[in-house]
Amino acid sequence: MPEVIVTKNLTKKYKEICAVEDLTLQVGSGEIFGFLGPNGAGKTTTIRVLTTLAKQTSGSVWVAGYDVKKEPEKVKKVIGVVQQHLTLDLDLNVKENMALHARLHHIRGVERKQRINELIDYVGLTKQSEKMITDLSGGMKKATMIARALIHRPRLLFLDEPTVGLDVQMRRRIWDLIRRLNGDGTTIFLTTHYIEEAEALCSRVGIVNEGRLIALGKPAELRQKVGLVAVETLIDSKFTRYQYFPDRNAATEYVQNLPSEIKTIIIRDSNLEDVFVELTGKKVGGDER
Amino acid sequence: MLWVDLRFLSRNWLKTLATTLVAPVLYLLAFGYGLGRGVTVEGYSYLEFVIPGIIALTAMTTSFNAAGMKLHVDRLFYKCFDEALMSPVSPFALIFGKTLIGVVRGLLSTAALLVACFAFSPLPAISGLFWLTLVVTCFAFSFLGVLVALIAKSHQDMSVFMSLVILPMSFLSGTFFSLNQLPTALRIVLSFSPLTHTSVCLRASALGQPFPWGSMAVLLGFGAAFFGLCFVALRRASL
Ligand SMILES: Nc1ncnc2c1ncn2[C@@H]1O[C@H](COP(=O)(O)OP(=O)(O)OP(=O)(O)O)[C@@H](O)[C@H]1O
Ligand SMILES: [Mg+2]
Repeated sequence: MPEVIVTKNLTKKYKEICAVEDLTLQVGSGEIFGFLGPNGAGKTTTIRVLTTLAKQTSGSVWVAGYDVKKEPEKVKKVIGVVQQHLTLDLDLNVKENMALHARLHHIRGVERKQRINELIDYVGLTKQSEKMITDLSGGMKKATMIARALIHRPRLLFLDEPTVGLDVQMRRRIWDLIRRLNGDGTTIFLTTHYIEEAEALCSRVGIVNEGRLIALGKPAELRQKVGLVAVETLIDSKFTRYQYFPDRNAATEYVQNLPSEIKTIIIRDSNLEDVFVELTGKKVGGDER
Repeated sequence: MLWVDLRFLSRNWLKTLATTLVAPVLYLLAFGYGLGRGVTVEGYSYLEFVIPGIIALTAMTTSFNAAGMKLHVDRLFYKCFDEALMSPVSPFALIFGKTLIGVVRGLLSTAALLVACFAFSPLPAISGLFWLTLVVTCFAFSFLGVLVALIAKSHQDMSVFMSLVILPMSFLSGTFFSLNQLPTALRIVLSFSPLTHTSVCLRASALGQPFPWGSMAVLLGFGAAFFGLCFVALRRASL
């Protein structure tokens, strides 16, 4: 599995703020890699460095075998990027936005038209293709951005929080789209706040907090680290305590020895969210869903 | 490469052509007819004198705005300039493409203004040199627009530049009065304004006087400098 993204001790500072600190990471070809972290963790900053929009303060970064600092043009040709915020030209309609992007990537004439129509169909925007961006819903805008990012058939696709603010149906459609793309051989690097998104999609995840990578591995491996079984106990009907155990037996034993005034007890399999909370001490995305 | 796209932007903007013409026509009426009636400057009627100045002014503001504002909005509000930065387009194509829209619109509105001038007075003699000056001017100020838009960190930066640099320049640079009437010190200060050289060149060619090649050279110099600085700014834009 050749590496598509390699970073070595990547650090990015904005004046005194260290947005990304000492990040060493590898993403292999054909992976769906999930980058998890609370607000301000440095996910977007990492993507900006990987996509040549920002330059690292120190450390080295290779994307598709090219050093992003030395050969940014070569990197730009093979990556597609869907940024976190809207980056469509609001003065243009859906098709024109895609045409502009195609031109920026030197795709000409007939081929350009063909690919635009194909992709608009692929993301399900055929009816909206002549609409102005301002007349689209949030999900349609996101879909437009994804379609646009695919126009030059990138080998590596960056998705910065691709499903924020989308309804359940749209989110699932985008997940399916991501799986389909990955099936066609595209490597995916995505960031998200939604743990279930990472669980549903990613072959491997990295968790960042305050600019530092605090965990890296397959979801199951990470769960193992924390404990595969979680026990939730409600203390004084006020707050929930979480405890983790390597297996059911250990958890059951613990529960049996609890004092009787503790009431609500849940024993369940642990998930990535537990990993996340244990490692970052914060609960993410809790109120957004 | 890029300018094709900008052309189809300009399609939507044809309306704005009308808007850009309002100000110069007002100037023309106010200064040319209102104030300047019966006044002569250096042997010419004030109207004959002021038309090249107003054309210079229009060329400057339209090309500066057209090149600068769209890029400014793209970069800071729509953020879609990031997409251009992430695409394999050369910096040259990027800068030149963004500039061309300014040049096109600058030339369009000056041409329209010239037609409007027909209505007011005999058209000044329009020679090749007149157009050459206009083209060079439009390029210089479009580069400047791109440059400022690349540097500006906020909308405020942009308007501060407009009111502290562009506005004074438009009134003082020999557009509405002859520089020969000014004290030497002020004249030297104003010779740092590219617009001064535009109006000198335009006026000379319109009134059939010998063409001031020195001013033309200065204008070209300004254009080249702004162009060069655009590259520096673009490199800095991706920090
Ligand atoms: N252009 C910038 N100038 C200064 N500081 C910045 C800049 N961009 C990001 N930062 C800082 O870097 C840190 C990381 O920000 P980043 O946008 O990478 O977080 P994030 O993980 O994407 O968060 P979110 O989940 O909210 O999108 C933050 O503390 C932020 O304030
Ligand atoms: Mg972010």
